[in-house]
Parts: sequence; C-alpha cells; structure tokens
Amino acid sequence: MGEEVGEYQGAYKITKGLLDKYGPERVVDTPITEAGFAGIGVGSAYHGLRPVIEFMTFNFSMQAIDHIINSAAKSNYMSAGQINVPIVFRGPNGPAAGVGAQHSQCYAAWYGSVPGLKVLVPYSSEDARGLLKAAIRDPDPVVFLENELLYGESFPVSAEALDSSFCLPIGKAKIEREGKDITITAFSKMVGYALKAAEILEKEGISAEVINLRSIRPLDRATINASVRKTNRLLTVEEGFPQHGVGAEICASVVEDSFGYLDAPVERIAGADVPTPYAANLERMAFPQIEDIVRAAKRACHRSVPMAATAS
Amino acid sequence: MTLARRSSGFLKPLSTACSSSFLHRRPYSTDDTTTITVETSVPFTGHNCEPPSRSVDTNPKELMTFFTDMALMRRMEIAADSLYKSKLIRGFCHLYDGQEAVSIGMEAAITKKDCIITAYRDHCLFLGRGGTLLESFAELMGRTAGCSNGKGGSMHFYKKEACFYGGHGIVGAQVPLGCGLAFAQKYRKEGHVTFTMYGDGAANQGQLFEALNMAALWDLPAILVCENNHYGMGTAEWRAAKSPAYYKRGDYVPGLKVDGMDAFAVKQACKFAKEHVLKNGPIILEMDTYRYHGHSMSDPGSTYRTRDEISGVRQERDPIERIRKLILAHDLATEKELKDIEKQARKEVDEAIVKAKESPMPDEPELFTNVYRKGFGVESFGADRKELRTTLP
Repeated sequence: MGEEVGEYQGAYKITKGLLDKYGPERVVDTPITEAGFAGIGVGSAYHGLRPVIEFMTFNFSMQAIDHIINSAAKSNYMSAGQINVPIVFRGPNGPAAGVGAQHSQCYAAWYGSVPGLKVLVPYSSEDARGLLKAAIRDPDPVVFLENELLYGESFPVSAEALDSSFCLPIGKAKIEREGKDITITAFSKMVGYALKAAEILEKEGISAEVINLRSIRPLDRATINASVRKTNRLLTVEEGFPQHGVGAEICASVVEDSFGYLDAPVERIAGADVPTPYAANLERMAFPQIEDIVRAAKRACHRSVPMAATAS
Repeated sequence: MTLARRSSGFLKPLSTACSSSFLHRRPYSTDDTTTITVETSVPFTGHNCEPPSRSVDTNPKELMTFFTDMALMRRMEIAADSLYKSKLIRGFCHLYDGQEAVSIGMEAAITKKDCIITAYRDHCLFLGRGGTLLESFAELMGRTAGCSNGKGGSMHFYKKEACFYGGHGIVGAQVPLGCGLAFAQKYRKEGHVTFTMYGDGAANQGQLFEALNMAALWDLPAILVCENNHYGMGTAEWRAAKSPAYYKRGDYVPGLKVDGMDAFAVKQACKFAKEHVLKNGPIILEMDTYRYHGHSMSDPGSTYRTRDEISGVRQERDPIERIRKLILAHDLATEKELKDIEKQARKEVDEAIVKAKESPMPDEPELFTNVYRKGFGVESFGADRKELRTTLP
C-alpha cells in the first residue's frame, strides 16, 4: 500500500508488475496521506493481515511516525503479547542526488533507537531480497530502509539467492571483506564506498575489514566486537547526521565491551552537521566521500595525516 | 448480552415469604420473547441519509440487562476514582461515568466478531466486550492479573479474542487504525464491521479525514463514532470546532446524530449503521453524551463547566435513570429490586478490588517480555547495562 505503487508501477519502479500479477485488492494506490494510510496499515496488521507500506521516501514517514512508533512498535508490549503487528514500512532512505534538505535525511538512527521495531538496511541485491522476505515473514514491525541510488546498481547474485524462499537472518551483519588492521562498519550505500576505500588502503599497506551491518536494530554487536578485538581499530561510516547517530551507538558499544582491545580512538565518518545543501559542490561536502573514509582509517592507524583547518 | 461476572444467581428470591406479585414477576430475567417497544428520547437527525425510526423493539431481559450492566460500569468507574485518590492507580485515569449508554447500546446491536477500537476512556468499553472487573482493576493498579499483565495501564486495555483493539493514548490515532481494522475485515470478506470511536476533541484531527477519505474511496465497513461529550479536555466544542456538527463533518460521508444518553437510541443507530456500511461504505454516528468526571482524574471538570450544568444533565438525562424509569413503567421490577441490583453491583466491584489487590506486581523479568513477538535472542539492557542485560526470547 502506498503512493503510486499500483498503476504507476512504483515511483522508483520497485513495485512494477505487481498490480497486474496480484490485483487491486492486494496492491493499493493511496492518496497522499501518510498518517492515514500508515495508520490503516497498522490497523489491518492488528486484525491479521501482513501489510507492506511504502513511503515514497522516508522523509515522508515523519508524517506517519506516530503510527510507526506508538501504534506499531509498542503494541505488543503494551498489550502483553495480545496484539503483535506484522507490518513492513519500506522505501528509500537518506540522500539521493541534488534533492535538497527536505528530501535527503537518513532515519536509521531515529528508528534504530525504538524498542519494538526492527530496522533493516540492505546493501546488495542479495541483502534486498533476503532481508525483505525475512521482514515480511517477521511477526513484528520492520522498518526497511532502502536507497534510491542503489536501486540502479547491479550485484552478483548466488544461485541460492535466486531460490524463492531465500531469507537472510535478521540481526546478523555480514563481513563483506576480511582484514586485520582496522574494522570499518557501514550500511546501505556506504558499504560500497567502504569497499572502495578498502581497496585504496590495501595499496598503502592497510588491511581493512568491512562489515555490512544489514541490521540497525537488532545491532550485531557480537560481530562488530569480535572484529574490533581482532583489528584493534574501528571506523564507523554513515550518511546520517553525526550527533546521536548509528556510529555513536557502535562506538559506545565497543568502548563498553572491548575497551582493552582498542589501540586508537574510535573514528566516525558521517553526514555533515548541516541541512543538505543543493549546490553540487556543497552537497558533495555534506556527505561522506571515499577519500574521507581513507583519511579517517589512516588516522586510526596512526599514519601521519595533517588535520584539516577548522572553520573559524 | 450480559457482562462477565463471577457471582451468579443474584436474581433468586430473597425469601420464601414473598408477595405473589414478586413470584409472578420472576421470569423477567429470561424473558426475551415479550416485545416492548420504546421511543427514543428525540428523533434521529440524518446527514445525507434517511434516519432510522425512533421506535425501538426490546424485551424485559434486555431492559434488565441494560440496567444491571450500566450499574456495574458506573460502580466500576466510581470505585476507580477512589482508588486513584488513594494512589493505588497512578498516572492517567479517564473515567466514563455518564457515557455508559454508548457502550451498552452498541453491544446490544453487534457481535463480538465486530471490532471496536477507542482512545483512552476505555474501561467500560472493555467491560462491554466481555472483560472482567478483576482484569480491569488489576490493570489499573499495575498488577499481573490485569488484562495487559499490568504493563499497559488505564489507557491500554485490549481483548483481542473479542475484537477489542484498545485502548490508545494518542488522540485521533485510533481512527486510521480503526479504518485499518475495517480494511482487514473487507479483505478477508468477513461480513463484520468496525466501530472506531473518538471524541469531540479528536474530531478535528487531520488523520481522521485522511482515513475517512480512504474508507469512503474503498467502501470500508467503518463506522466512525464521535462520543461528543462537548469538551475536549478543558476546551468546549464551540471553542475548538468551527462546525461542531460532527455528524456532518464527513461531507460526502453520511452521518446520524444520536442521543448518546439513551441506550435504545444508541442501539438503533448502531444497528442501522452496521447494515449501512456493509453495503455503502463508512458512516459517522455522533453520540450526544456527557461525562460527569473531568477529562481525567487530574481535572476537576468544574473550571470550564458549571456545577449546575453537570447536575442538570444528571437530573434530566442520566442513562441509568432512563432505564430505571422504563423498567418501573413496564412493571418489570420494583424500586427495591433495582436498588438491590445496584447493591449487588457494588458488592461485585468491591470483591473484584480485593482480589485485584491480592494480585502481585509483575515479576522483574517481565520488564523485558513482549518487546518483540520473535526476539531472536537479541540483547536488551536495563538502566545500567553493565548491571542488567538480557536476551529477548
């Protein structure tokens, strides 16, 4: 259920063909009324259906956030298990390209803080398929944060992933690239950037382990801590605002559980602490680039990298 | 429909030395074959629809049940007031006394397969759906015998098997949720309907109009019931709504204005609405009702209303008094018998409170239960995560 999911074939063509295949009872075009249709989705989940609610981008989920948090996430707890809510809220999250301040926010940290929600962040095609199927089958509310720019990227896909029942476990991160000098955590589009940064670092003698989080909530602290205990250094990467971000939680978690293993302070790369500007050069500065990841990794590895001048 | 109750047989003769007229009257408790026709207090007013007749059929059993059940609801709410003042109930407590006819009349017109969802003034609606006094008082006092195991509180009563979906704290949120229940009922081709209830305060919420638009677009079997008690917390309806004719606010959606203090008017309206929505999509019922208490226990309710107004409504329009008069007029019971029923209600409420007080508070591990239906063994933390950490089942 969502805006343009049916006859328009999806604003980003994600639901293309579904109306023809499943009919208008199951693929429902809505008016532009997020609070209304998110509430209707949650109510239908109360009474036994398994709705998938699309937000055209998660920026618009703010219109419906009361239903996601208060009507969906908390219901199983408040009703002592009587009312579970098997709903999926999905759509593109975070910046695209040149869409401006109101259309570029990343909501991973906000939704990731809420007990009762599960928050998933696919990167590759296998992630998208396996995690979405797991989300739909899950008996709890899942926020499924996609990425508009990743929709157009191709990934190699295993034979196993093509099976119609292929599911990935919720709450398990994936080590995309093994390494021994530094752990880099990332999710969504930043996984690709981290992998490219790792290749550059390799040439300079730094072996980076890249973790694709796949799941913001539950956060796979075990995998992250095990990696940091091996590499002794941590760099977190995300596109969202830095204060109270996903990286902050990962940093705190590692400091609590693996302090003795850290050989350097934890580094965080995040979106700039500003609303997203439109001008292309400023927008580029507002989000992490590959060179930012490389530079921060080198700092953590105590390679001499001069600190940039601060704005004064 | 009778409310669930633990004691039985209170209608047995009080002694063998009874007048023959009392023995003659005994069958009233099971007589549902004699039709009595009552007139509603005022005719219905329709908006974009032909209102139903103001003649409503009932029978002695239903009349007595209405009285007994409303007396129990009234007693429960008054007892909750005392418990709150003795600090056994904490936080929010929104009482329904005065509005009982809406719950009773609605239940008389529907089944437990029809859904009801409401906001936070939910104790009596819970009872109407088959909830027990024990579950209610225990929940209010935060004990494990409560309907939500003590984890919900006053605003979060649920009874899923009776299709009662709460119990919501965010004003207006229950309206889209209720339209969602109706969506599921239609999707599953159930042939049942949803009553989604809200107040005159919530009637101005944008999400209500969003949901109503979709309900009308998709012909959902949703009945929007505005319990207009004329005050949204401390704000009178004329200060909050440019048009307080809530039954007309649906515009293209038909509406009916109903005397919400008259259980038979409510019953007739709900019966009419149920038939309507199964064929024609949503309808709005505005129940003209009144709450004797303030908005909640923190509100005396007399800074924005005069005491004369409150006592005036109690004199002229009290829902229980209306039924009492009907019962006496039709000679179904004596004044004393009715007083005995009220005494019995008081007794049941007192016993339930004793039992509820015996119920313990939830065990500490309950802090972490039901966060998820399926937890995958993920970690969760207490305030000091080095001190209290657990895995969710």
